[in-house]
Amino acid sequence: MKAPLSWLKEYIDINIDPHALADLLTFAGLEVEAIHYMGMSMPTQNKSHTKITGMEWDPEYIVLAEITKIEAHPNADRLVLAEVFDGQGIHPVITGAPNLLLYKETGTVETPIKIAYAREGATLYDGYSDDHKTTTLSRKTIRGLESYSMICSEKELGISEEHEGIIVFDTNAPKPGTPLVDYIGDAIFDISLTPNMSHNTSILGIAREIGALTNTKLRPPVTDIKIDQSKKSTFEMPSIKIVDPALNSRFTATLIENITVRPSPYWLQLRLKISGMRPINNVVDVTNYVMLEMGQPLHAFDYDVLSERAKNTPAITTRLAKNKEQLTSLDGVERTLNTSTLLVTDNAGPLSIAGIIGGLKSEVTNNTSNVLIEAASWDMINIRKTIVDQQLQTSQAGYRFSRGVSPALALNTNQRASEMLRIMGKGSILHNTKDVYPIKHTTNKINLPIGEINRSLGIQIPTKEAIRILESLEFHVTKEKDSLQITAPDHRLDVGTKETGIADIIEELARIWGFDNIPETQLDDLSPKQHNNINLEKEELLRDLLVTLGLQEIVSYRLSSAKLEQLVCCEDTGPHITLANPITPERSIMRKSLMASTLACASENCRHQQRISIFEIGPVYIPKNTTDNNASSDEALPTEVLRLSIVLYGKNEQLSWINNSDKSMDYFVLKGIVDEILNGIHISDYSIEPDNHPAFQTGATALLLIKEKPIGHFGILNSKSTSKLGLKDHSTLAADFNLSAIIEFMPNRHTIKPVSKFPPVIEDIALIVDENINSNQITSLIAKTGGSILKNTQLFDVFRGEQIGEHKKSLGYRLTYQSDSKTLTDKDAAKLRNKIVKTAKKLYGAQIRDS
Amino acid sequence: MIEKLEKLNSIAISELYKTSDINAINLWHTKHLGKKSHLMAYLRNLGQLPAQDRPKVGKLANEIRYKLENAYDEHKNTLVSQPTTTNKNSIDITLPGRPINRGRLHITNIVLRKIYSIWADMGFQIYKSREIETDELNFELLNIPKHHPARDMWDTFHTNTPGVILRTHTSPGQIHAMRTYCPNPIRVILPGMCFRYEQITARSEIQFNQVEGLAIGTNIRFSDLKGTLSTFAQRIFNKNTKTRFRASHFPFTEPSAEMDVECFLCSGKGCGVCKNTGWLEILGCGMVHPTVLSNGGYDPNKHTGFAFGMGPERIAMLKYGIDDIRYFWGNDLRFLEQF
Ligand SMILES: [Zn+2]
Repeated sequence: MKAPLSWLKEYIDINIDPHALADLLTFAGLEVEAIHYMGMSMPTQNKSHTKITGMEWDPEYIVLAEITKIEAHPNADRLVLAEVFDGQGIHPVITGAPNLLLYKETGTVETPIKIAYAREGATLYDGYSDDHKTTTLSRKTIRGLESYSMICSEKELGISEEHEGIIVFDTNAPKPGTPLVDYIGDAIFDISLTPNMSHNTSILGIAREIGALTNTKLRPPVTDIKIDQSKKSTFEMPSIKIVDPALNSRFTATLIENITVRPSPYWLQLRLKISGMRPINNVVDVTNYVMLEMGQPLHAFDYDVLSERAKNTPAITTRLAKNKEQLTSLDGVERTLNTSTLLVTDNAGPLSIAGIIGGLKSEVTNNTSNVLIEAASWDMINIRKTIVDQQLQTSQAGYRFSRGVSPALALNTNQRASEMLRIMGKGSILHNTKDVYPIKHTTNKINLPIGEINRSLGIQIPTKEAIRILESLEFHVTKEKDSLQITAPDHRLDVGTKETGIADIIEELARIWGFDNIPETQLDDLSPKQHNNINLEKEELLRDLLVTLGLQEIVSYRLSSAKLEQLVCCEDTGPHITLANPITPERSIMRKSLMASTLACASENCRHQQRISIFEIGPVYIPKNTTDNNASSDEALPTEVLRLSIVLYGKNEQLSWINNSDKSMDYFVLKGIVDEILNGIHISDYSIEPDNHPAFQTGATALLLIKEKPIGHFGILNSKSTSKLGLKDHSTLAADFNLSAIIEFMPNRHTIKPVSKFPPVIEDIALIVDENINSNQITSLIAKTGGSILKNTQLFDVFRGEQIGEHKKSLGYRLTYQSDSKTLTDKDAAKLRNKIVKTAKKLYGAQIRDS
Repeated sequence: MIEKLEKLNSIAISELYKTSDINAINLWHTKHLGKKSHLMAYLRNLGQLPAQDRPKVGKLANEIRYKLENAYDEHKNTLVSQPTTTNKNSIDITLPGRPINRGRLHITNIVLRKIYSIWADMGFQIYKSREIETDELNFELLNIPKHHPARDMWDTFHTNTPGVILRTHTSPGQIHAMRTYCPNPIRVILPGMCFRYEQITARSEIQFNQVEGLAIGTNIRFSDLKGTLSTFAQRIFNKNTKTRFRASHFPFTEPSAEMDVECFLCSGKGCGVCKNTGWLEILGCGMVHPTVLSNGGYDPNKHTGFAFGMGPERIAMLKYGIDDIRYFWGNDLRFLEQF
């Protein structure tokens, strides 16, 4: 909300600079986001939290002045020549302001017109520029007449964007020559209020905070009405019926008769403008003004209209709308209401949407002469709903009601506004305010043991100071031996009872006392028992392992689309957790395929990378297969499974002077990584089997099983899908593993094999086998047959050719025999080799190949 | 004849190692091994020699030719890879090395690990909880009732299952942790991905990491919160980092505060990153609200606690001068490879 300094000063003395005040408020939890300087001198260096805008008005150059005479410009129809007295002399000023053009033929004006005058050399905003460019006044000739000074519009002074006419001050403005800054110079604070600060959405609320922060006494406005006993009213007060007091706990109404509706005086218009509201007429302006001042929204009805509709004394009823009931609001929108919309109605139907916007029919117009002022209390949750239903987020009244307004405010605010309007509109109040108040607001009482302050804050605020702070915020405080008995003020809805109330009070004390005044200490409370985090440690170990294997980690959006997953996985991956309010169709489900996310990343990067080798670790979301509609939301939560996905695409080696081979990464680059992962996490009971999966190329699809449990697939991706992602130049290799499962299988510890001290015997053998036998079958057979003496089995050659026959392959192994207890002889090795060859022949028909 | 050939050889070899660029070595080749060279002339004219000399001279000439060609190749290779030197044993040590495919963590995880280790030093252990949550855990148990104006502080992604949402902060982890450890004291950090219903811009993202912290015990005070968080700031930024606390509001803490750190880019003098204020907003914090303590199973009359929440991506942005939050999940390798 916007709070002008001049307005705050009506209720509190302020003796510090605006930017110092802004800091004070900000640190107390009322964040001043910006200060707009309107004429007042601005700080040369801004080191506060707050953004600073606006301009200064030089007191020598920008002053109050009077127009004494207006004549038509001899050479231009759309211009007039005004004689301006600025306290020092008479100056001719040429202006085209429409509100002076009216005086074109006037000559000497009867009551001098009070205006803002810029002398030669003054610096102002350029009224014709849209970006607040400044300009300095100098002598020039306009249509044959010399001009050197100016009568100012609001835009030229930075008050508003208004440039249609010049400012015309009220007749009681100070004398000519008075610096303008002394009259209306201001600094406007733009304050962002958190939801707990609803009681501060008013000038009075902010002033009260300043009072507490600066130890200054508040001067609240007078809220009495004067009832004219000498006149007799032509009206009866309306009857007021509240159908649901839980939604409308209070309704007050004051009738002001024989009022003149017209534009408000300039000072009032100015305050509304700089506070962000548009002046309408004195009735609407006063209701808005008092709302900004007190925080309680008001509404004005044309009582002539109400009487006319009732054909007698109006009967006001507040109730929920009937389904599809209609009301045209004063913004001209024809609104269809629902059964949760609260209404103020009369005998003839809806008058206004309670607390948010009035109806067009009962709106105050220039012909209105009797006005009924409403100040009521509405349920904030209901108002919040209607604001959303009716798209009325900009309503200032709705903003306040939806955050909570204490019912205690209604009567005082109503009378404050009614009395102001009676005087300003020259009307009379002949009936007392009608106050229907079925559910009285109760204020909470809190017993604050004094030691609680230290227990929470780590410092004991002196009790005297604590009492002062609370009293300055209008809490009622009684000191007892070891505690304070505290009653929350009427205007507060946010103060709880018991522990909650104590926390609320301590927060008030802390923020006014100042967080800066609380010391910094280190925890000396009992340290908790440490817990095991073994799964997380394993996850991080895997991350490190993948990085050491040369892979770049990525993190993608968890939000994806079924379309992408279908494209990558070549099958329907649903059902998914779907979003009710996605921002885009590409992010409308919670992913079920991590590989799809990782592949999308490769697709994004392939145009500018020779070699992509990436991995991602992250959750996928598996919806519970629940058909039970009555399942609690707890039971409906998806399972979050951690997965690991790897994608390789591109050249095997980066281009360099030393190697410019064009070879792409092949299946065995990925297989090497998978081997090394399994090796690095010390899982030995695994197998890799040929398999089929629609996402992968037939014949190049591997399934990883750990302890016979399938962990996931890897291999060469199906080019039909990868080419759609722009991955056309190389094979795309990918792995998609269930990481939660891998982590489950990872041993918490592993033991090492001792390194033998005896020399090894190393020899190469080649076995010829049928093509359909997997190398892994032979390799494991060799390892198994070789037993503990065979330390290492390295497949170093796979050969096919005429020499060994069709549908055959030769597998070349380098075998390392080494005993832990003796030096092996060639004989020992030969024995073992013969056993291996024999077994291979028996099981797989393998033939030894002569070299 | 043999002597002449030997001489030819030694001259050619000595001239070869005097050449220091490609042009010179090509000229050398033409001169000593080209069609018009003396050596070639000998080979062509072998037939004119006496028959008994022919095999011997022929063999030698061919040997010399082979030796010179080899020496030429070797010297040329040295010259090509190292054109500035004349020493045959030196190499151009400025040539790029063999390319290595280095792996890296994603920047977010680099920063997360830094954060984890600082908190681990202070006795705060990691506690992870789920990303898709119930409305109850994400809001209601954290003192944010349905329809309360405080809900406006979070723009929420709702799923099509009523009451199931994407968590908007890591704070539901507070309830999970409390219910796990009650009535024992707690010191945990709750890291993880959170989601907000927002437009994706340079400043706002639909998903982001948060690291929440929670300490609960029988003697934990706001002053401890200040001291602990200041220590953290000095560890993650630098040891002279100043902090300040502004009053703020979060429904699950009271009193609540925002912690600013003195801008480490300009040492508080004011710059573009700190919007000329000299300070950077880093995290929100406060004393755990009594209602939240009760919801976690603790007695607010016996226990107190503090909680805080920070964004690792924001810290990364400040530390590395990243001006667009979309870099994080954009996964452009040209960005990720800079860490
Ligand atoms: Zn800075």
